[in-house]
Formats: sequence, structure tokens, C-alpha cells
Amino acid sequence: MAGPSREDSFAAVVLPHLDAAYNLARWLMRDATAAEDVVQEAMLRALTYFASFKGVNPRAWLLQIVRNAAYASASLERGVQFVPIAATVEPGAVAADDLVSTADDPEATLIKTRGARQVRELIAALPVELREPLVLRELEELSYKEIAEITRTPIGTVMSRLFRARQLLAQLVAQGEAT
Amino acid sequence: MTGPHECDKVLLVQAELDGELDAAEAAALAAHRAGCLICQAAAAELVQARALFGEGLYQPTPDDVRGRMMAQIAATQAASAAGDSPRGASPRPGGWRRWWSEWRSSAAGFGLGAACAAGLALLIVVPQAPDLGEQIVAGHIRALQPGHLEDVPSTDQHTVKPWFDGRIDFAPPVKDLAAQRFPLRGGRLDYLAGRPVAALVYQHDKHVIDLFVWPAAQGAAKPPEATERQGYNVVHWVQDGMNLWAVSDLEAGQLRKFAEDWRRSP
Repeated sequence: MAGPSREDSFAAVVLPHLDAAYNLARWLMRDATAAEDVVQEAMLRALTYFASFKGVNPRAWLLQIVRNAAYASASLERGVQFVPIAATVEPGAVAADDLVSTADDPEATLIKTRGARQVRELIAALPVELREPLVLRELEELSYKEIAEITRTPIGTVMSRLFRARQLLAQLVAQGEAT
Repeated sequence: MTGPHECDKVLLVQAELDGELDAAEAAALAAHRAGCLICQAAAAELVQARALFGEGLYQPTPDDVRGRMMAQIAATQAASAAGDSPRGASPRPGGWRRWWSEWRSSAAGFGLGAACAAGLALLIVVPQAPDLGEQIVAGHIRALQPGHLEDVPSTDQHTVKPWFDGRIDFAPPVKDLAAQRFPLRGGRLDYLAGRPVAALVYQHDKHVIDLFVWPAAQGAAKPPEATERQGYNVVHWVQDGMNLWAVSDLEAGQLRKFAEDWRRSP
């Protein structure tokens, strides 16, 4: 391969994933200013280490750097913000009420009745370790394996966190509709 | 362990919805699911949750942020290009690496490459050293921005040291030099030389000292060596199998004293 210069390569290889970087930072930090700080820090690190990047998945590589920068940031709130009691339910446990099926199509109602803003608030309320795999899966559409690599977490943990995140979301929506 | 309302197959139900199962796994699961109320309920819940992700949730880079980011990348690239050329004597590591990989791929046999590798490694280390010093200074300058200096602000080494547990794959030596007038301020994680490193933050009067620490070869040792980069003083040494880089705007003699005090401190 006739190589373009290092700088050109960075522009061609890494910069197309700037939106992915910002989206992840924005969801992790839940604040525009903090997200910008994290992305800025991550891009500088990426620029510094680009010469030694030999992988085939620049998006996952960049997202891993973003994630490290976010976790190193003092502004990342690690504390749990809003944890309903159901958060402690183990994956695999289903509340007895859920076993009684409600006949109407839940999908259609949800999309109609909930704006993106409300959904955004629900997701933002999840603890960061649940929010992270959820955003990577649903918005970046990454595979379990990629998420495991980016978050340096075993695949089994990724799966159970994703499950907990989705279970919580579904329950929060159900609670919201009940009140 | 599965109770009356639990089933250990629910993660597979989720994996199927995420397209992570192959045909045989999916068929086996479908057979189980047909008779499992728990898996059916879990599937309904998962489908509900997935349905929430519609338009308007992805948060792309706002234009003003993108503009600032591009300007900064351009400035950093220009600075590194300008910083590399005047020194001339040492080719940039990228150049070396490219040269080395081209040489290797064009070498007649792999054995020849292996035989020469040991000798060449010495040559390669030399031009890389200055680059690392620049990274150290850049890391220090970044950290001086408000709110970036410490992840764990504490003057107590017994608070700072355990903070690194589980955040980094080694236990950095943390010493408090308050008695020598270099009190510990805290620590943070940083990223240097392609790996996560521990950064210990010390203070001397109004000056901040960053001490970057990461493992070297076991038992390696090297006496302190002082340099100056972009107006910052840098002292590097290797002790007890740890790479140590101190950087500060502190006057060179003082920083050297810091390094010596740190080395001697138990």
C-alpha cells in the first residue's frame, strides 16, 4: 500500500469516527462541556498513539481511548444517580407480574407516546456501567465482542449488564405509564 | 442458581435478539423458549426496551465542537512537525519504524532479520527517547488544565496508593515527601507510551510536579538524567523495576533534588 503521510492517515482513518467518539462521551458524561473535554483529550491521545496503531478497527480503538479518558475525568459521576429497587434484581429474574402478558402491542404504543427527550432522560438515569454497554450496542451497533474489548469487560458481564440495562428501562417505562 | 422466576437462558434470548446466535443455537433456544414463560416474558421486556431506541438519541458532534477539535488537531500536528525538524539529528520514531518495517519485509530471509534485530533494537531506542520526553511534557501540560490534575486528591499516601488498585495493572510506589518539602497532592491515571500509567502529583511552593510511573524490566535501574523540554524540566530514572519521569516548571536543581529525595525515601 502506498502510504499517505501520517497526518493524512489520521484524517482518513480516525476522524471519520469523531461522531462515534462524541456520542459515547456525551452519553457517559451527560454534559456537553465535560463531553467536549473528554473528546478533546481522547483525540490528542489518539493523535499521539496513532503511529503505533496497527489494528483493523479504528472505531473500537478510538472508543476505547474515549472511554479511558472519560473514566479518568474527574467529572464522570460514578455514583449511582437513580436506582429503582428493581436494579438489584439479578439477570434472569423476572417479576411475577411480568409473567402475565398484556395483549396489546407494547412497541407501537411506546414509540408513539414517548418522545426522544423522555427516552433520553431514562437512559441517562441508568448507572454508568449499564448505560455504557447499552449505548455501544443500541447506538453504535457494536457486537458483544467489540463492546467487551472497548470496556475491558468479559463478554458474559457485557451480556448481563445489557440485560439489566434493558430490563430497567422497560420497568421504568412501565412505572411511568402506571402513574 | 435459578429460582422459581428465573431462567439461565434469558441471556441467550437477548443474544438472539441482538443477532449474536448462529442458526443451530437459535433453533435450540426456540425449542426451549416455546415452553418457558420466563424466557417469553424476558423477550417481551427486551423487545420493549429495544423499541425505545428510535430517532433522535444519537448525539453527533455539534458543528462548533467539531470546528474546535479540527483546529486543535491541526495545531498539534503543526507543532509536532515543527518540533521535529529543527533537531534534525534524530529522525522521528515514525520514520524509524517505517524504515525498520520496510527493511524487514524486504530482507531476504526471516533469519537475517532475527539475527540483526538485537543490534538494531539499540539503534531504535535512541530516537524514541526524545519523543517520550515530549509526551511526558504534553501530559503534564494537559493535566495542568483546571480539574485535570488529580483523580484522587489526597495528601495521604495510604489513600492514593490503594486508589490505583483495579484501575491499573501494577501497584505504583507512592511516597510522601512532605518532610523534604515536596508534599503529595494526589494521583491520577494517565496514558503514555501506549499504556496506562500512574501519575503522582507533588507540590513544591507554587510549583506542581508530575511523577509518571509505569513498570520497566524487572530489576532494571538507571540513575537520574535531567533534560529540558519546551521550558519544562524533566528528570528520568529507573528504580526497582519502575520507569519514573518527573516533570515540572520547577527549577532544574530543585527537580533534581526531588528525584534524589524520592529515590532515597523508603
